Amino acid sequence: MKSGVGVELENLWIKFGDFTAVRNATVRIEEGEFFSFLGPSGCGKTTILRTVSGFQEPSQGVVRIGGRNMAGIGPNKRPTALIFQNLALFPLMQVWENIAFALEVKGVPKAERRKRADELLELIALPGQGDKLVDELSGGQKQRVAVARALAAEPQVLLLDEPLSALDLKLRQHMRTELRAIQQRVGLTFIYITHDQGEALTMSDHIAVMREGVIEQVGDGKQIYDDPASAFVASFVGENNDFAGTVQAVDNGQAVVATAVGELQARIATAARGALKPGDSAMVFIRPENFTIVEAAKGNGDGNRIAATIANEEFEGQSYHVFLEGEGGAAIKMSLTNRGQARTASAVGQQVTLAYSPDQAVALPAGAMADEE
Amino acid sequence: MGIAATVRKFIATNGLGMALFMVLGVSFWVLVLVVLPQITMVDFSFRPKLPPAAIGGPQDVYTTANYEYFVKGNPGNPEGWNRVDVTVFWRTLVAAVFVTVFNFVLCYPVAYYMAKVATGSWARLLALSLVVPYWINEILRAFAFRIIFGDAGLINTVLKTLGVIDVSIDFIRADVALYAGLGYAYILLMIFPLYSAIESLDKNQIEAARDMGSPWWRIHWRIVMPFAKQGIVSGCTMVFMLSAGALAAPQILGGPSSLWFTQIIYQGFFEYFNWNRGAAYAIILLVSCMAIVLGVTKLVGGKAGEIGR
Ligand SMILES: Nc1ncnc2c1ncn2[C@@H]1O[C@H](COP(=O)(O)OP(=O)(O)OP(=O)(O)O)[C@@H](O)[C@H]1O
Ligand SMILES: [Mg+2]
Repeated sequence: MKSGVGVELENLWIKFGDFTAVRNATVRIEEGEFFSFLGPSGCGKTTILRTVSGFQEPSQGVVRIGGRNMAGIGPNKRPTALIFQNLALFPLMQVWENIAFALEVKGVPKAERRKRADELLELIALPGQGDKLVDELSGGQKQRVAVARALAAEPQVLLLDEPLSALDLKLRQHMRTELRAIQQRVGLTFIYITHDQGEALTMSDHIAVMREGVIEQVGDGKQIYDDPASAFVASFVGENNDFAGTVQAVDNGQAVVATAVGELQARIATAARGALKPGDSAMVFIRPENFTIVEAAKGNGDGNRIAATIANEEFEGQSYHVFLEGEGGAAIKMSLTNRGQARTASAVGQQVTLAYSPDQAVALPAGAMADEE
Repeated sequence: MGIAATVRKFIATNGLGMALFMVLGVSFWVLVLVVLPQITMVDFSFRPKLPPAAIGGPQDVYTTANYEYFVKGNPGNPEGWNRVDVTVFWRTLVAAVFVTVFNFVLCYPVAYYMAKVATGSWARLLALSLVVPYWINEILRAFAFRIIFGDAGLINTVLKTLGVIDVSIDFIRADVALYAGLGYAYILLMIFPLYSAIESLDKNQIEAARDMGSPWWRIHWRIVMPFAKQGIVSGCTMVFMLSAGALAAPQILGGPSSLWFTQIIYQGFFEYFNWNRGAAYAIILLVSCMAIVLGVTKLVGGKAGEIGR
């Protein structure tokens, strides 16, 4: 089996008529890594993948695979294999024929094709299922057959377009682990598309977060989650409380922002260093899990306290969520890990003070936010 | 479910009026328009030709004479077999197969193009341009072909003007006009089953095959055609049956030396007024065509029920 190669997109623009689906994308994907494109529906993820696999010509810019410019090279000549969102298995062929199709194309004799298909069935933990028809398999099994079929083509880059989205939650989580394991076993470059941030965070070495055709941030999961590069990334990846306001002071990598719930102190995101000045409109993001309730009724002015009233509580097993209302009606959510401790004797209507560490709050220039679903 | 319950449910779902209409309508259609004429024809074919006065008389008994005539010809026939009729029969079937294959080769790319490549208003325009010629009567269309392929017709004129030929080609005698006319007459019956079969194929499957390095011919051979098999079978069946049973096109476009078997049937009925022999010949054609269609369908692994789709 061949090993993976890197993929580079350089100033890539993709237009459909007047509509620009991808604008000026530049990404470097290292060989053998698991790279995800993450973004909401319609942001251009599939379009990028189709451009890498050769079904879509870029309007401008360069796609390089293994250092080679792919301009003018068709999908059947590229070292990539694409796994479609709906898998696109061939329903009239048996499972093994599906898997061996790429070999059939190469003119490999039947006995050898069958042998290779059986090996791959072994790899995807479906031994002896080669003679079935595709429709006799379960959703997760089909999924794995699609992976095997793509691997049989001996690609150097495997492209996956939301391959897990049709599966139910349990199976999806199982397949995440499985895909990741297969990737590490075969050592190929995986380019994975998803609009599920949990999926992207758990599987990827690196993630590109996209919005409306623009790549807003590239980084590993921790960077994306803890140090978002834009208001969109902060609001799209994971849950976040957002507070809009005006920058009062900037000092030592931290900003004080005057918001409806008072002055909040927060660390300025790496991408926004130098971009925030007093007077700018800004946003402070604080994750629900970064709040604690302090008993004092009101601890104003410290820059890391918010007075709020408990509006509702929600128990979710391993964690429970408290919904609060800050000054000016700001909705705030905090999450606590359930350790079986007696819950704070909180009750709806009780006034509390929330505290957070300014290091765990992020200040960013105001900008477009992800739609709340 | 008992019969009474089934009937009650049928009436409940459709309403009494509609239920009655459906039952009566379907029975009329099946019995009067389908079964009865066929039975009458079969009955006819097994009786001798008699003057009206003798019908129902002692001479009116079942006989296979009409079928024997097809094979042997007249009793005094020195050749021992009915050379003309059998030859024409055979040639008609072969020609119908040829027309069908020719039609398929022509229509498959068009249907594929319409189903998977053309988009939006262009696709609709294309479909319309295929349909519009069929607003004209079949016989007029055949005459139009006769004119186009005639001695001084469009094609000969163009070829002469271009200096390709000096003397007009006799397309009619060479049966080119006939094949073209027959092919054209049933193009829609080939294209639409193909189109609707190919249309429902997931485009991703084509792309998946291409992504795995497959050349175009293999994509069609391994993915598109197997998927469209039902459409192919039903399109080919219709074209084959209708070209074998065509009458107008052979009458108008056929060369002087080439008879179509339907013309012999027609002669039986309306020139010799031998309805019994005509019926026998019609049944020979029908049964042979059905046998061929069923045989071929079985060969490609389809089910007989798919022919109508
Ligand atoms: N062939 C096309 N012609 C015109 N517009 C297109 C075409 N393909 C995609 N688009 C548009 O480009 C944008 C991006 O589409 P794309 O399929 O890449 O989104 P996506 O991020 O994959 O979304 P999803 O998560 O819903 O699959 C969409 O607005 C879509 O309407
Ligand atoms: Mg998509």
